[in-house]
Amino acid sequence: MSAALGFHNLTLGYDRHPAVHHLDGVIETGALLAVVGPNGAGKSTLAKGIMGALKPLDGRIERFGHEPRSIAYLPQAAEIDRSFPVDVFDVAAMGQWGQRGLFGGFGGKDTARIHAAIAAVGLAGFERRSIATLSGGQMQRALFARLLLQDAQVLLLDEPFTAIDERTTGDLLVLIARWHGEGRTIIAILHDFDLVRRHFPQTLLLAREAVAWGPTAAVLSPANLARATRMCEAFETDAHNCVRAA
Amino acid sequence: MLYDFLIAPFADFGFMRRALAGVLALSLAGGPVGVFLILRRMSLMGDAMSHAILPGAAMGYLVSGLSLGAMTFGGMLAGFAVALLSGLVARATALREDASMAAFYLISLALGVVIVSLRGSNVDLMHVLFGTVLALDDATLILLASIASLTLTAFALVYRPLVMETLDPGFLRSVSWSGAYVHLAFLALLVLNLIAGFHALGTLLAIGLTILPAASARLWSNDMTRMIAIAMAGGVVASASGLLASYHTGVPTGPAIILAAGVIYLVSLVFGRSGGLLRGFGRRRHLEA
Repeated sequence: MSAALGFHNLTLGYDRHPAVHHLDGVIETGALLAVVGPNGAGKSTLAKGIMGALKPLDGRIERFGHEPRSIAYLPQAAEIDRSFPVDVFDVAAMGQWGQRGLFGGFGGKDTARIHAAIAAVGLAGFERRSIATLSGGQMQRALFARLLLQDAQVLLLDEPFTAIDERTTGDLLVLIARWHGEGRTIIAILHDFDLVRRHFPQTLLLAREAVAWGPTAAVLSPANLARATRMCEAFETDAHNCVRAA
Repeated sequence: MLYDFLIAPFADFGFMRRALAGVLALSLAGGPVGVFLILRRMSLMGDAMSHAILPGAAMGYLVSGLSLGAMTFGGMLAGFAVALLSGLVARATALREDASMAAFYLISLALGVVIVSLRGSNVDLMHVLFGTVLALDDATLILLASIASLTLTAFALVYRPLVMETLDPGFLRSVSWSGAYVHLAFLALLVLNLIAGFHALGTLLAIGLTILPAASARLWSNDMTRMIAIAMAGGVVASASGLLASYHTGVPTGPAIILAAGVIYLVSLVFGRSGGLLRGFGRRRHLEA
């Protein structure tokens, strides 16, 4: 198995306060990895680091060719403006940027691909619906159609099922399983331990530092979870320089 | 009769034809600029920036009188400076961008009026505040037409990333480097169009033909392309009818054009098919699904 992303003594944070502290490890190509941990554990910070939006305070991320722009990223709260006059088709079509870029024309093939993606997320017939009229779950389906069209080898999903009902979650998990079957690497930040146990073989339990990383059943043990909660509560405004810093 | 009313003013008088050409250029470029200003929630910022170009234009005026080149150059410098400074202040201090924008434009407007009155008369002051749409010379007309052509070409080039950056800036950042530059390009186009508006309509009304038709267009359509077309058409209609109204009644021309755009806006506000006030009345029965 080759590696998709490697973390080497990675420390990410804001104003020198680490939010992710001395993280070491490798995400294998084709992994289906859940990242879990209490609020403030640094999960979204790690996502920003992977997307290159945050420079490491220390250590580094080894990319093996997976530059930030080649990674398909679904942020926790997309900055999308729901009052913008645009329909489902056009939102999904944005996923074609990688193939078409600034000037590339949209031909019949693109249109067919976009329709197929919209159908795959269960929104067939909604192509011309304006996004202002969509429910939260339908909007998330539209964003998954966009992810699908990005056709990326590495996908990073930040809390994709928060405030999404069971049926939509189930449909979207089918898509994730399909991507996994195609050999893509998937990293998902999640809160629902049951869902993680059922659908994600690998888990990283984060509490600023990695508490445990490995097969899900072993990682999500009561002892590990209790340790994660304790470790997350230790933020000091006047923290000293970290002795482990290089 | 209709000929006397609608066509004769333009057929008989060169200054009316020049004014019409100038405001048509403004309307056509103002359409897309205005639609994006509104969708990016920057309408008030655009208004503030239109006042912020005054001290720069006034400095040009102080150095070389009512010279087109000097006032244009000064205005552009001031416009960019205020746009970038207020962005900087928003990032580096506790003030949000709207507050720093308001502060900068108040200072600019006051400074501009002071600078103009240092050298000029009240006539010159009226000139910079309300423009001289009936006295556009060849050089100014060429400037307005060039700015309009450049604006439309530039929009054709950056349309796709600009729409994406307006709709979902985070997504564009994650797939492309163009996000940061697209915003700067849009600011540059905005400043250019404010300069054009400044020459024809003066600093106080410069952005009128940009914002009012675009706001009206938003009330008629939910489709970007159609909104831009409607905004352009609205600007053209407002320009022609404002000029005619001013010709027949003798009211000042710049304000007459903006008022015509204002009437279109008020009508759209009431009757607009996509978000107007009357949309909720006399509605048809709701559908089954």
